[in-house]
Amino acid sequence: MALVVAENVVKTYCTGDIEVNAIKGADFKIEPASFVSFVGPSGSGKSTLLNMIGCLDHPSSGKLSVAGTDISTLNRQSSARFRGDNIGFIFQDFNLIPVLTIEENIEYPLLMVQDWPASKRKARINELLEAVDISAQAKKYPHQLSGGQKQRVAVARALATHAKLILADEPTANLDHDTAYRIIDLMKSMRNEYESTFIFSTHDPKIMDAAEIIYTLEDGKLLQQQGGTNHD
Amino acid sequence: MTKLIKIAARNLFRYRRRTVLTTLLITIGVIAMLLFVSTSGSFKSMMVGQITDSMLGHFQIHKKGYVSSIDSLPLTMNMKPKMYEKAEQFLSERDDIEAWSPRIKFGAMFSNYAETTNIRLNGVDPEKEIATCPELPKRIIAGSSESLVKRGHILVPELIAKGLKVKPGDGIVLVATNRDGSVNGINFIVQGVLEGISGPGGRDGYLHIKDARELLRIEGNEISEIAVRLKQASSLKKTMADLSGTMGVLKNQKGKPAFEIHGWNKLSPFSNIAKMIDLMTLFINIMLVSIVLISVMNVMIMAVYERIREIGTIAAMGTQPDAILKLFISEGLLLGILGAVIGTSLSLIIIFILQQSEITFSFGRQTGLVLYPVIDLPQILIASAMVIVVAALASVQPAWKASKMDPIEALRHV
Repeated sequence: MALVVAENVVKTYCTGDIEVNAIKGADFKIEPASFVSFVGPSGSGKSTLLNMIGCLDHPSSGKLSVAGTDISTLNRQSSARFRGDNIGFIFQDFNLIPVLTIEENIEYPLLMVQDWPASKRKARINELLEAVDISAQAKKYPHQLSGGQKQRVAVARALATHAKLILADEPTANLDHDTAYRIIDLMKSMRNEYESTFIFSTHDPKIMDAAEIIYTLEDGKLLQQQGGTNHD
Repeated sequence: MTKLIKIAARNLFRYRRRTVLTTLLITIGVIAMLLFVSTSGSFKSMMVGQITDSMLGHFQIHKKGYVSSIDSLPLTMNMKPKMYEKAEQFLSERDDIEAWSPRIKFGAMFSNYAETTNIRLNGVDPEKEIATCPELPKRIIAGSSESLVKRGHILVPELIAKGLKVKPGDGIVLVATNRDGSVNGINFIVQGVLEGISGPGGRDGYLHIKDARELLRIEGNEISEIAVRLKQASSLKKTMADLSGTMGVLKNQKGKPAFEIHGWNKLSPFSNIAKMIDLMTLFINIMLVSIVLISVMNVMIMAVYERIREIGTIAAMGTQPDAILKLFISEGLLLGILGAVIGTSLSLIIIFILQQSEITFSFGRQTGLVLYPVIDLPQILIASAMVIVVAALASVQPAWKASKMDPIEALRHV
């Protein structure tokens, strides 16, 4: 069963009196454990689509289901619960909580969202710290880390709750090329290890090639689906 | 919840300068309030104690109508012996009353054989008067306080003693008009000089009740008033209400209660000062609430504004809106707790220092009054609880705003 199913998804915004069609009837299916990229120029609708898949926004019309749940039926609380249970986020600016250490940042969704017992949390944090190779930084605070290290922490945090789906909106935009590739490699290896589905947006052609499936968006329209050229 | 508090504490620590300044503001507010409450409270209780323990007693019983014409000290409004007997009977039945003292109050001419002036006098039974007003002997600033006042002697108020230049051992003459209009005069020896205190009766002289009866040619146990001392001053309202009920059964010829009972606060103008102190305490409380409310609300509004992206991040991760609400309220709550704890601790230290310093002050004509601020646990708890609750309430609006934030808008915020 597909993890994400979009059927004629439309998203329309109203900016004052002007109606903006951000997504104009998108249809696609994403299977579990896929490594998918949405590409397109700025304003093409990548972030809007990711926000809807991430249950942060609702389609204006059409049907969008994630992990078997029609997300347009969820209210604010249910959306939050659904995100906490099923979705992990990686942000362009890392968005780590500055007052928490690295291990506490990874612990946050386990404690504040899913309320795991302490022993399980500890084991999971150690596992992820090793998986993303930042065990040595566990007690540091985000401001003491480089951009690449921060994004590694963000990947670990997104994976902490065994999320089925990891959404990354321009995860490499604030990183130099080498670091960006290493982060994409890390995301892919995490997909291989934990079998979570990774969906990321990018406008960097080299980065998008790392994806197994690439959806191209232009002016709100999903133009084509193609396979990446750099599959494992 | 512990983790939430931990995160809240770290968020406060993140903006150290702002947290320190806000805590300082709350601390100053708490110190100002507790110091005011302790010093004004000690001043109030000292003055009330002085009034009740050296002059008025906790409450007084008079014949109906006496108090409204008390300025002229009318002998015609005295209680007759039978009435006094009844009143004593009512008082003796109660176990919350420690003592009572019958008094004959009257006005007289005071002469040192060279000059003459008016004087207000209390004829008292020394033993009963000391039991009712135990601080009265301490007001004797010159002469002997032995058995308060002996037969044939008089305690002269300070003002008259100074004005007429009389001192203990001097002879004086008192001339008084009795209820029938006839005049009588008796020689007395000055036993002591009484320190004047604020309020009615604070500048009265004292003589033995038997001498008063002799001077006024009163036969039998006729008296003007009964001053009553309670075992617990806090039971004043209840005792007065009970007594009014039981004594109210005795009616005068007009069918109205024969007795009237007045608490010290109705007899002394100091009760108005006490009310003003209470009112000022209320204003100080309002100021403290305002300081806490505005400062905490300001800090929390700033905190929410500066952490919009962070709010978006934790909301995106699945943090429930009520958890976000609790997080920000916890921050306000911690600010309140911090301010209350530091403020209370510093206040207690300052109060201790003031107690050791024995600062003196003057009130009216009284000098050398020692300021001994005292604060009790309920007052500390009330002030602290008020600060903490107001700090939490001040955080509600910013916290509510944070919890209702759209995650997408919040994540987009620059």
